[in-house]
Amino acid sequence: MAGVTLMKTPAETGLVQAFETVKATLPGDVESRAQAFELFERNGLPHRRVEEFKYTDLRALMREVAPFAKVPSADEAKTALRDAKALAEINALQVPFVNGHFVRDAVDFKNLPEGVEIVPLAEALASGHDWLTRLSPVEWARQNPVYQLNSSFMADGVMIRIVGQVTTPVHLRFVTSSASAVATATRVLVLIEDGASVKLLETHESTNGVSHQPNDVVELIAGDQTNVHHVRVNAEGDQALALSTFAVKIGAEASFNSINVVAGSATSRHQVFAILNGENTKAQINGATMLKGRQHGDSTLVVEHAAPHCESRELFKTVVDNEATGVFQGKIIVPHHAQKTDGRMMSAALLLADGAAMNNKPELEIFADDVQCAHGATCGQLDEDLLFYLMARGIPKKEAESLLIQAFLGEAIEFVDNEDVREALVHTVEEWLKART
Amino acid sequence: MPAVQETIDQVRSIDVDQYKYGFETEVEMEKAPKGLSEDVIRFISAKKGEPEWMLAWRLDAYKRWLTMTEPSWARVSYDKIDYNDIYYYAAPKKNPAPKSLDEVDPEILRTYEKLGIPLREQEILAGVEPERRVAVDAVFDSVSVATTFKEELKKAGVIFMPISEAIREYPDLVRQYLGSVVPVTDNFFATLNSAVFTDGSFVYVPPGVRCPMELSTYFRINEKNTGQFERTLIIADKGSYVSYLEGCTAPKRDENQLHAAVVELVALDDAEIKYSTVQNWYPGDAEGRGGIYNFVTKRGDCRGKNSVITWTQVETGSAITWKYPSCILRGDNSRGEFYSIAVSNGMQQVDSGTKMIHLGKNTTSRIISKGIAAGKSENTYRGLVSAHRKASGARNFTNCDSLLIGNQCGAHTVPYIESKNASAVFEHEATTSKISEDQMFYCQQRGLSEEEATALIVNGFVKDVLQQLPMEFAVEAQKLISISLEGSVG
Repeated sequence: MAGVTLMKTPAETGLVQAFETVKATLPGDVESRAQAFELFERNGLPHRRVEEFKYTDLRALMREVAPFAKVPSADEAKTALRDAKALAEINALQVPFVNGHFVRDAVDFKNLPEGVEIVPLAEALASGHDWLTRLSPVEWARQNPVYQLNSSFMADGVMIRIVGQVTTPVHLRFVTSSASAVATATRVLVLIEDGASVKLLETHESTNGVSHQPNDVVELIAGDQTNVHHVRVNAEGDQALALSTFAVKIGAEASFNSINVVAGSATSRHQVFAILNGENTKAQINGATMLKGRQHGDSTLVVEHAAPHCESRELFKTVVDNEATGVFQGKIIVPHHAQKTDGRMMSAALLLADGAAMNNKPELEIFADDVQCAHGATCGQLDEDLLFYLMARGIPKKEAESLLIQAFLGEAIEFVDNEDVREALVHTVEEWLKART
Repeated sequence: MPAVQETIDQVRSIDVDQYKYGFETEVEMEKAPKGLSEDVIRFISAKKGEPEWMLAWRLDAYKRWLTMTEPSWARVSYDKIDYNDIYYYAAPKKNPAPKSLDEVDPEILRTYEKLGIPLREQEILAGVEPERRVAVDAVFDSVSVATTFKEELKKAGVIFMPISEAIREYPDLVRQYLGSVVPVTDNFFATLNSAVFTDGSFVYVPPGVRCPMELSTYFRINEKNTGQFERTLIIADKGSYVSYLEGCTAPKRDENQLHAAVVELVALDDAEIKYSTVQNWYPGDAEGRGGIYNFVTKRGDCRGKNSVITWTQVETGSAITWKYPSCILRGDNSRGEFYSIAVSNGMQQVDSGTKMIHLGKNTTSRIISKGIAAGKSENTYRGLVSAHRKASGARNFTNCDSLLIGNQCGAHTVPYIESKNASAVFEHEATTSKISEDQMFYCQQRGLSEEEATALIVNGFVKDVLQQLPMEFAVEAQKLISISLEGSVG
């Protein structure tokens, strides 16, 4: 709000103090961190008068800041990873992070799959690695306060380079495990060279019953003619306040497919910033969110068609039960020169209970005159005719509801090409439905 | 797909340099001292012969306004307005409150003649078998100069008069409803309006009465350096019906002029209000010099059960438009509708849309909005549809298309859809066949193509209203409706 200075909240004061305390201990150049933090501090935690955070008022939701997590011991890391279950059975190259720190020992650097190169971020920051110049590729993210916090506090992570066709999926496992609440800031940069292809899995987990505050950023720069499949699962603990950003820049004639499945967190906000930077690229960005109890789940999306002749499809499905609140904010941007753009964004929400709420904001920002862009949003309850149809055939009400919800979310999940992963996601949905009261 | 040629030509024909109503009328005016202060408000109030409570209401609004900041969230940009560099009151010096048309300055009468607004009842009656008659309230800068058919309307029990007169003659009615839909502190411009509003129309339709003719108000800004702050209040009592039309134009000038109006509609049980606007304020020249800042708060309150409020707007004028005609659907089974066509040319900036706030049970709303941007203009649709916890069975259908002509302009859509009730069903921009499959089927069975059928259904209502417009530019408005939106984005 213009001309009005807001009082600093305890959380904001906490962040300022935390930054003062930890900045000297964090790896790499303090100056660039200080710059990011200054940008954050200028406006503080975003609140409902900040348009992008209208429906997720972080000033109100983040009452205090948990202390930033220390490097876990080898045993702690081992135990944490053993307990983490999300997509754990998928055969993949596992790249684990516990409490925001890369678990080096868990990766066999000598036997990495061909075409995969991994550089631990803390070391890279300390030594000034060449790839660091490619960090923060997306302007939309750099302007974002959640991202700025990660840039200020990022303690560790990895940089991964993919060359050629990598068939083994790369599984980034973010685990926060500790008896008392901690904050983490992990950063991952994935560089996908021209013509390469990769399957990327991302899972986020934390201890139940503890108010952890993870703030994770995954950045991806995909070159021309690349092929990327990305699956992200939020299986955070039931008290977690999980903030996350996925910033993507894609070259020409590429194919990009991504889904985010939300099944955890007390409060979650996942932001996707995607720039289609070369011609004839196709992107499919999906979301499947399941919310119950008093959960708050926010999916925010910005897709910029920075080059002509690109096609993007966004499909977001949200199921909201009990007194939970779902948020979808999507924006397709088409600048003057991006002629022949074809963008379609759809958000559909199912409200299962009277206390449930859904806020939809599918935006279009178009400056080119020869494009096809559409957006849609629906919001409603389960179709009674369909329920009746199933129940008339002897299926009990709850089961009929489950079938319909599964089908509803299934539309977003069916784009996942790896069968094992898809099955695991379907299983996640089933588990969620089983727990429904 | 780019816009089709016919559309381009049509939009070109109303481009900013084609503005037809830019002439000026030479009339000697009496003005309040420049700037805004308590004294100016007292001056306006005294000029209008207002009772004490009205002055107190204005002064209270002014005090609150001083503590408010101008909103900046809309997608428009303009130089800061100096609120002390505006005349808040300007009225023709010669007989500012004429009793009959003969007393009105002939210059002003000529102005309305030029604009094609019928102010003489006999002229209208003289036509061969007049199909329909329209009562007109003509507002010239800060005062209403003529109101036609007042007597005849009175016979039917309908009150139609300038609001300044209504404050004197029907203070209880005005006091009961004024500010009940748009509260004094609603927003920066509404609060400013509450402090300094000068004239506008007041309509009261008694229970069970169908207003015998269309009512209309024609707003004209003429004087330099003035702002127009009109206030309209329409009350449709139980079971009544009224259709109201509003038109506006202004002379061509290099300076920007402020128009900050407030319109309040109240529909009680089973009442229906149709409110149509043809907004054709001077849009500024091709370089963006001059033009009206149209910062308007319009809101309808479906207070009674089964009430209906319909907003129809054709927006072609103004340098900047900031306007969101809204419906508060409070009564059970009430219905709100919003049909809009906004065409922007030159350097115009439009940020417009609607709000449908579902509070009552089984309330329904429909939004059809078409934005066409050409030249270097920016055209934004911003709309809110919300369902309150208790709004069971609420239903909304929204369809907003925009079309760009050339790649120097921008079209934006910012819908907010907030549902707090599981049984509320909101559809934004779902497939067109969902509008009404039965109607589509009916039309298609009779040989219409899918597009023709859709156009017929979507536009049917809008056309219906616009054919009723008494103003000369009704023809243009109709042409606009039939513009093909082939190649539009949604």
